[in-house]
Amino acid sequence: MRTVYDESDVRRTVASLVDRIAAAFSPDKPLNIVGILTRGEILAQRIATELASRGFKNIGRGVLDITLYRDDLTEIGPRPLVRPTNLRIDIDARPLLLVDDVLFTGRSVRAALDALSDFGRPAAIRLAVLVDRGGRELPIQADFIGLTLSDVPADHRVNVHFAESDQSDEILVEPRNG
Amino acid sequence: MAEKSAPFRWTRKHLLGLDSLSAEEIVFVLDTAESFKEVSTRSVKKVPALRGRVVVNAFFEDSTRTRTSFSLAASRLSADVIDFSEKGSSVSKGETLIDTARNIEAMGIDILVLRHQAAGSAEVLSRAVQCSVVNAGDGAHEHPTQGLLDLYTIRERFGKIAGLKVAIVGDIVNSRVARSNLFALKKLGAEVYLVGPPTLLPRAFESLGAHCVHDFDSIVGEMDVINMLRVQFERIQSSQFPSVREFTHLFGLTTERFARCRPDVFVMHPGPMNRGIEISSGIADGPNSGILTQVTNGLAVRMAVLFLVAQGNA
Repeated sequence: MRTVYDESDVRRTVASLVDRIAAAFSPDKPLNIVGILTRGEILAQRIATELASRGFKNIGRGVLDITLYRDDLTEIGPRPLVRPTNLRIDIDARPLLLVDDVLFTGRSVRAALDALSDFGRPAAIRLAVLVDRGGRELPIQADFIGLTLSDVPADHRVNVHFAESDQSDEILVEPRNG
Repeated sequence: MAEKSAPFRWTRKHLLGLDSLSAEEIVFVLDTAESFKEVSTRSVKKVPALRGRVVVNAFFEDSTRTRTSFSLAASRLSADVIDFSEKGSSVSKGETLIDTARNIEAMGIDILVLRHQAAGSAEVLSRAVQCSVVNAGDGAHEHPTQGLLDLYTIRERFGKIAGLKVAIVGDIVNSRVARSNLFALKKLGAEVYLVGPPTLLPRAFESLGAHCVHDFDSIVGEMDVINMLRVQFERIQSSQFPSVREFTHLFGLTTERFARCRPDVFVMHPGPMNRGIEISSGIADGPNSGILTQVTNGLAVRMAVLFLVAQGNA
């Protein structure tokens, strides 16, 4: 099993992710891009910037903190850091691209869908993730996937690092608590 | 999901006072409250964070703001809220506070919000029950959520707390608001001036790190924040208290005194106000006043507190 993906791997993965997103939406129509804090938001910002440079003129941006919507608050322990959600965009009746870094159990995405429904009713919600590592506990799948890792053991974490928050771009597969 | 744990860990299951919190914990509550403030701007002003939990407001003293604020905070977190008041309850039949609390708890509650006239009651109760206890004012001891919302409001206005000069004015010795403010402001590096007549401001407060001032006019021009306490009429007959006119003359925030303040002075009041006695109406409603902002922020702060103690009890 490969455990390290470096900066150029991440760059290629993001680029191919953006290619597929760009092909699926119309550059002239409104598209809201909402990132799940923290690293989903960094990826969302990169996708939005790249789409804008490819001629997408009507991109709305939002940030979602899902802490208050989690069903596993007691399991993540005494770490309830709640950060501000910022969705000052009109999300009704237009497509919304939800972005996260890693798709694992699907519980974060479930929480994000619940949160979004408190803000409005998008025409459609699509999900883009940098890494799909399997291990779903809910019937949730991504529409756009940068990298599929199918053989990550359950006791390992997939950690995505971005230059904006962690100095460099990389994807690491590491033992939990390691 | 791939996120690392934040370095800070909130572990408290009760909020009894600000004296026992660290500066880091206070800042963490204020930061959490900032995120909760956004919830009140949504069209659906509700999040499911405490769904299925039960919050009981047990108020043994009168209250409008604090009680309403806690109720609304709990319902915005999707908790079930039960209001318990002394009137019409078995307390009037002579049941003790701990027995009352244990009986309420036996029905399966998660958080007990307590307002009681006895100093230390929240602490005593926290040792007798399994649920979380939040002190909503215990006698003249502490009123931690008021202190937190005052700090939040000051920080929101100035972007910082350290280095600010803050005056707390009035009946200091009987004020839980003054105590909670003093503890928290000192921990976060503000300079605190307690102002009042010697009968209501014993020198002992100096040992808590405050400047004790009996001549309001001597410091009024230097203050960044002036927090006016309510004149407690229930005590006004006592020999500790000067006449109302004398009090207003010496310690009220009158128009004349306000004219000597810094132009950007921030005026606060925990409510309920006695207009024309401790504060002139025009100042309370004027551009320097943060009084209604305090109330708005109180909701976010109490949401944060209920959320955090519930996690601390998980």
